[in-house]
Amino acid sequence: MKPPRFRYCSPRILDEALVLLDQYGEEIKILAGGQSFVPLLNMRLAAPAYIVDINHISELHYFETEPDYLAIGAIARQRQVERSVLVQEKHPLLVEVIKHIGHMQIRNRGTVVGSIAHADPAAELPALLTCLDGEVLAQSMHGERVIKAKDFFAGYLSTTLEAGELLTEVRFPWLARQAGWSFIEFARRAGDYALVGAMAVLTPALDDTCMSANIAYFGVAGSPIRARAVEQVLIGTQLDAHTLDAAAGAARDVVGEDMQDVHATVEYRRELASELTRRVLKQAWARREQLEGAQ
Amino acid sequence: MATRWFGAPVQRLEDPRLLRGRGNYVDDIDLPEMLHAAVLRSTQARARIVSIDASAAWSLPGVHLVLTAQDLGEVLEPSPLLVPHAALTQPRTQLPLARDTVRYVGEAVALVVADDRYIAEDALDLIDVEYESFPVVHSLEVASITDGPLVHDDVPGNVAAHLAQTVGDPDSVFASAPHVLHETLLIDRGAAMPMECRGIVARWDAQDSMLTCWISTQGPLPIRNGLAAIFHLPEHKVRVVAPDVGGGFGTKIMMFYPEEVLIPFVAMQLGRPVKWIEDRREHFISANQERSQLHEVEYAFDDAGILLAVRDTFLHDTGAYAPYGIIVPIITACTLPGPYRLRHYSSEFTVLYTNKVPVSPYRGAGRPQAVFVMERIMDRIASELHLDRLEVRARNFISPGEFPWDVGLVYQDGGPTKYDSGDYLAGLDKLKVLLDYDTFPALQAQARSEGRYLGIGVGAYVEGTGIGPYEGALVRVESDGRVFVSTGVTTQGQAHITTFAQIVADQLGIAPDDVMVSTGDTQAFNWGVGTYASRAATVAGSAIHIAAVKVREKAKMVAADLFEAAPEDIELADGKVFVRDAPHRALTLGQVAISSNPLRYAYGENARTLMSMKLAGPRPGPALPEERGGPGLEASGFYSPPHGSFASGIHGAIIEVDPVTCNVTFVKYAAVHDCGRVINPMVVEGQVHGGVAQGIGGAFFERLVYDEEGQIINASFMDYLLPTAAEVPSLLVDHVETPSPLNPLGVKGAGEAGVIPVPALFASAIDNALAPFGIRIREMPLHPSRLYELLRDAKDKPAL
Amino acid sequence: MRERDDDLSQCVEECEIAVTVNGNRHEHTVPVRLLLSDFLRHELHLTGTHVGCEQGVCGCCTVLFNGEAVRACLMFAVQADGMAITTIEGMAGVNSELHPIQQAFREKHGLQCGFCTPGIIMSVHAMLHEHPDPTEEEIRHELSGNLCRCTGYQNIVEAVKLAAERLRLQHMEVE
Repeated sequence: MKPPRFRYCSPRILDEALVLLDQYGEEIKILAGGQSFVPLLNMRLAAPAYIVDINHISELHYFETEPDYLAIGAIARQRQVERSVLVQEKHPLLVEVIKHIGHMQIRNRGTVVGSIAHADPAAELPALLTCLDGEVLAQSMHGERVIKAKDFFAGYLSTTLEAGELLTEVRFPWLARQAGWSFIEFARRAGDYALVGAMAVLTPALDDTCMSANIAYFGVAGSPIRARAVEQVLIGTQLDAHTLDAAAGAARDVVGEDMQDVHATVEYRRELASELTRRVLKQAWARREQLEGAQ
Repeated sequence: MATRWFGAPVQRLEDPRLLRGRGNYVDDIDLPEMLHAAVLRSTQARARIVSIDASAAWSLPGVHLVLTAQDLGEVLEPSPLLVPHAALTQPRTQLPLARDTVRYVGEAVALVVADDRYIAEDALDLIDVEYESFPVVHSLEVASITDGPLVHDDVPGNVAAHLAQTVGDPDSVFASAPHVLHETLLIDRGAAMPMECRGIVARWDAQDSMLTCWISTQGPLPIRNGLAAIFHLPEHKVRVVAPDVGGGFGTKIMMFYPEEVLIPFVAMQLGRPVKWIEDRREHFISANQERSQLHEVEYAFDDAGILLAVRDTFLHDTGAYAPYGIIVPIITACTLPGPYRLRHYSSEFTVLYTNKVPVSPYRGAGRPQAVFVMERIMDRIASELHLDRLEVRARNFISPGEFPWDVGLVYQDGGPTKYDSGDYLAGLDKLKVLLDYDTFPALQAQARSEGRYLGIGVGAYVEGTGIGPYEGALVRVESDGRVFVSTGVTTQGQAHITTFAQIVADQLGIAPDDVMVSTGDTQAFNWGVGTYASRAATVAGSAIHIAAVKVREKAKMVAADLFEAAPEDIELADGKVFVRDAPHRALTLGQVAISSNPLRYAYGENARTLMSMKLAGPRPGPALPEERGGPGLEASGFYSPPHGSFASGIHGAIIEVDPVTCNVTFVKYAAVHDCGRVINPMVVEGQVHGGVAQGIGGAFFERLVYDEEGQIINASFMDYLLPTAAEVPSLLVDHVETPSPLNPLGVKGAGEAGVIPVPALFASAIDNALAPFGIRIREMPLHPSRLYELLRDAKDKPAL
Repeated sequence: MRERDDDLSQCVEECEIAVTVNGNRHEHTVPVRLLLSDFLRHELHLTGTHVGCEQGVCGCCTVLFNGEAVRACLMFAVQADGMAITTIEGMAGVNSELHPIQQAFREKHGLQCGFCTPGIIMSVHAMLHEHPDPTEEEIRHELSGNLCRCTGYQNIVEAVKLAAERLRLQHMEVE
């Protein structure tokens, strides 16, 4: 299990990387944290002619709070975000999600943006970005574009990123102050990819009914899934038992017909999706902040 | 002889080196001019090799050699059958490289030697093999189809072996028994997965005509003997060393793996050292596996829950070849009666070839399957008669007064399956205490009222250990007083360096720190077999003890001459040798060793002190008197057990099942273990811990899944789930000690024990936890998705 | 084709690197595809870092990279240029006395075959640096990135507890 031959460079500035990508995008693979990419190389499931290591592009090493979102640059490590007191305080859901990625040795090296770019449908961060209606920033020699999560993930390990584009930033929107959130995944072992994972962000209205719901799943289809049908069930309710039953029932449909593998059948994944839905909804709703004047 | 070290939790002598990263595993060996090999493996499970085009690989810069079967000459011979048996009528073993047919995905097809492993793998990518594929025998079911596909064209029905044994008269008992039940029980494949994969470094020294191989193996001596025969070399010109070995668990006792012939072959051909290190992907498809069996068992019992008779018929999957003969199914057959007074038993098994990785023993070696079957029976009897599960077991236990107990079957070593000692009820009583068994029903009821499902399960077993044929050892006191011990067995983490030192230290009155143990180097000790079947401490340990006793007696004889005293008055303690009543006038053990070797010159502090002491001069006559038997404080010892000794144990666990996700977590796990006298309790408990963790893996996490093409679809650590620290519970461990009367130390084997009862107790605990749904577990390993199906089916069934 | 090669001239197949390992600076020319694990083991002959899966799962190859525990099998040697690495060989004291973590593993019988041990010790070192007083549950969770096939983890957990206690005491004494 040794990687095949390739040529390598590690530019210091973003423009250099973009020039290379512009001219040879098809033959180049980007190396950031490498925690998913290097295993593919070692197994010779990937054999790019060129590898551009972006780890030395210091201008991509940041996470910053913007008014509407947390912006994370392409080489910020998952652990740096996880450990940040600022992020712990302002985006606890993101921290909770990151803690479930692999093991600390993986997160020490793995990047937040790399996980988004890899677009593994069983991974946590793409699902979070989908859940929150987040965005990514793609840059190329010819400019930049902001892509909505729903327009970014395009099936198993693929995205709508175009040749010549580099994913330089990911933007996780802030949660409303009163929103309650929950993230639960069912994995066989600590650190494994989940068989099914679910997350919910519920925002109560003044009358303490559910004003908005963001529900997303991973490990259930070729891409992370935002479950509008489940969300619709919740809006305007106080998440009574009947509503939870209906939501849990609707959640079964998020699991794709082909989601059978060595660990789980489709039917079992549906059961998990349904049960995790109940659990995240209960927990998220319990965590909401009841607004003043609410009963 | 008072024992000081035997039984003490002595800290391991091997640790300081390993903890500093100064171990010496095969891949750590780096020789000048060394080349690196990689193996091309079949991508097809059953196919004819139409052609192999290696020309592009040959022309890659850095490639030194590309080998296919036709290049092997007379070395292209099937691997020897390790343990022949009359019932094995169709033995088939593997060629070093497949000639025209491949029979499993992973079978070696070609070998590349290059400047480094990276280039060697580049070259593998350039070898073009054309296969003509055929329908695959991917399961026992397919293997049993009449006129179905054949793994070996000349083996009808894929039947490698068939063996039936009967004790008593089960047919008559069944005819008149009050209760008769039947079960179909399935155990699927798993693998040992040591953290270190296999590996070999071979060096041919043309000047010396000497072949040296470092192999990550559990049996260097048989490999040495085999390599000498294959390459027509004198045995003393072949040295095989098992250096530090990063876990074996049985998968490394195989011989020959193809690479064990190929790598020495290419090293000799190229005249340069060659290294091959198996990577994890290769390990999944080329290192032997085990466990798959399908049992049909019928059993008869009376109203009191006494088991009257068992008829067990099973299919055993041996994979594409049967290198280890039928050892595994024989062990299953002999282990099934367990600790119970079973007087009427018939066992019949059929060994089938399949297009899968070959099977040889993996820790437990057929026992977890047998215990799963018998313990399912015990639980079912309890449930049918509404008796407590432990009570049923207690009623059926062989009692301490009944030993030796002859099960009536021929064991794997050809000897009787005869239990030497045991006290099964004592173990059960200790388990009850550890588990707080009697209060569990209240705990369970309380949990159920909260919607939680707790269950308790137990598994009892008897394990044949310490089988022959024999092991040996050399014990020699060096001039500085330290003692060198060498033996043919190997060590893969079992702390033999320490436990063997403890045995010697007691006999020679020194500290274990002063004993230097060499294992697994054919040049250090020429005789023996290897480390398998939980036999090293029992068989090699006894041999070491016997040799150490001889050395002690000789030391007394030599010292008696020097002190002009009687040998029986000489004592050895704290590294000193002295007359019992005059401890102030003492020699060191090293000085006695020097004196035992009549030299004109002796060097060092010990020798100078010795000369300054006013001791008796040499007696007239030969410098080496006849009765000394030779120079030096040195002796060899050999031990050959009359038959295996039988360890036993009983484990129990409390689990919690999430009835929706069907996840299972351990609330408590207790193990009571009897391996006779314990040399080092710390080490024995460590063996139990590790075995149980592997057992938990084999019960709930680890399952090798082959698809219909014979491909393992979870052949990586991402998908073949070794349990981590987060899944394995802490264990409560207790011991029962019923010394074995068969060997001088009173010990029994401990290495495999932990793994054996886990699938059985896991099934037992799940049945118990989900009793409200009437579930009955009949297969292992489980996983949540499968448990979900079983639970769904149980719920769909009308209530019993 | 030629033109393109020229444009990508900064892309190389071999590279000179200078790496500080266990405090010692090493300058080597390495193929860019050489894994860091292979560089440590076969170029620097620091064979205490073991390789168990080359897929980032088993944890045998865990080393400290600028103080953080990482998988050496998922990095290239060229990425270590200018960086500081600590391996198991750098754990013992100047007089070669065992580090308190190593000592605790010995006392608690936290190793058997020893193959996973260096990676586990490096992980534990990083863990205790960040969480000097972990609970058993935290220890087990943090250890889950390292597979051990021999010990069943129980004595490893005990060793980590003991090491944590001793390191806390040591730390207090220093203060």
